[in-house]
Amino acid sequence: MATRTIPSTVATTFAPLSARRLLIFGGIALIAGGMLFGDIFAVFVLHQNAGLQSEALIAASKAVAAQNPTAVKDIFKHLGGLLEDRGTKVDAHVHMIDAGYLALLLALLQPFVAFPLARKKVLAALFISGGVLLPVGVFLIHYVGLAYSPFAVIGWASILADSAGALLIIALLGEAWGLWKYFRGTRADVVEPDLPHEGSWSCRALLSGGTLLVLLGFLHGAWYAGVDLYRHETGEIIILSNMVDYSAANDVARAANEVRNFGNLAGEKAVNIAAHSHIIEFGLLAMLLSFVQPYVFLSEEWKRRWVKVMLAGSIILPVCVLLELRLGLLAGGIADIGGLMVIVALIGMLVGVLRYSGSLDTASGAAR
Amino acid sequence: MSGAGKLLIFGGLALAAFGMLYGLYYAVFIEHQTLDTIGGSLAGAFVHAAERRIPEAHHAIDAYATTKYNYVRQVDVHSHWIGLGMLMIVFGVVFDRLAFSEPTRLGIAMALLVGSVVFPMGVILQTINHGGFFPSALAVTGSALVTIALAAVTVGFARANS
Repeated sequence: MATRTIPSTVATTFAPLSARRLLIFGGIALIAGGMLFGDIFAVFVLHQNAGLQSEALIAASKAVAAQNPTAVKDIFKHLGGLLEDRGTKVDAHVHMIDAGYLALLLALLQPFVAFPLARKKVLAALFISGGVLLPVGVFLIHYVGLAYSPFAVIGWASILADSAGALLIIALLGEAWGLWKYFRGTRADVVEPDLPHEGSWSCRALLSGGTLLVLLGFLHGAWYAGVDLYRHETGEIIILSNMVDYSAANDVARAANEVRNFGNLAGEKAVNIAAHSHIIEFGLLAMLLSFVQPYVFLSEEWKRRWVKVMLAGSIILPVCVLLELRLGLLAGGIADIGGLMVIVALIGMLVGVLRYSGSLDTASGAAR
Repeated sequence: MSGAGKLLIFGGLALAAFGMLYGLYYAVFIEHQTLDTIGGSLAGAFVHAAERRIPEAHHAIDAYATTKYNYVRQVDVHSHWIGLGMLMIVFGVVFDRLAFSEPTRLGIAMALLVGSVVFPMGVILQTINHGGFFPSALAVTGSALVTIALAAVTVGFARANS
């Protein structure tokens, strides 16, 4: 793998142990970690969880037909646990990735934050800590529950997640205050250089491709909200009413059929929402990565390869998620491969940034 | 940095921070209780059906529908405000590279900002006035503004590349 020399103008923007370096490393690692977690969740938990939900609803219908309210309550307690299991994993995945995006964004804004370098670093460390602790707390909610909690409905894992959310907000408000000072004319003692503007093919492809992905995601979201959202909401209530009526009439077979309809509707909603959110998030990621390209210490050929893999994965995943309704698990498998392509490209770029900082530190003597 | 870039960065930061504060407030004071109501209503519907109290079962399903309708929109508003805020900050950093004049860039930035505020606001107002014309119109107008602005940004970057 050929490399290139580091331009001195780029090197000055990426000093050892600087806030920007912490935010770029932390941001890419959070995004890659969140995506990897999402892929593992999709393969090992998502479909199995949906199957268990359907089983629980059929069991509830049977309990209704048998006029057994106690059994119904037990089944719904179990169903609540299944929903919490799924929901907290989705939330952990989303929040980890979003914190990574915000970290990369803050890295871009560092030259415009009028604080001393040490304070910038504290804010960056605060932000990355919050970005790690928030998804960890959310993930643990299902497992910790209300054990030893002094509150009626909020457990210790929720408290951890909410506290981490507060850390993120404090860091963000601090950065906003620094920006406000900068635009009011205040300058820090040591002015951090602006981000290098690299007009390479990789940068341009990521910026244009990313904007296009976001636009496509927005158009799909508008289409879904206008055409399908209300139909899905009404359909869900009709199916639940039928389920209750058939079960009360001892018609378990028709109730089970409604459970299948409920599962199909939930699947239709889930794939539309997943396609919408993933294509927009990948678009945003592509745009953010365009700024990081000057720090990717790889040959232009390898940088192009990772960009192509990243953009291809960003299209394959949402399109195949949408096709899951027609093609089933085949499309789901291809979607997972699309997600993996994005992760691999991301890790490839992270390796490039690590090589860059290693070379820089060696050259400046910081690595000693 | 141009005025359009500053507008997007400050607007984006304010929107993202507001979206997070809203999410924190919602998670601490409302979400847990709402999730309990959603789960409780659905379970209650089946329990009433098991007791053959069908009208009560349907009332419980209605309560489930209303609470879930509100919950979905509250979560959507939180995520859309933060997402749109982040998008505006990214655009703010590179807005000077758009192949348009500064007044046009300012117009696009303004459309992005107004659309990003108004679109989720319309969605949240739907929780107060279910099926109302004004909230839906606000949401549609806001999302149309954002979509048009995004299309303009895409064209601007494409022109800059060529």
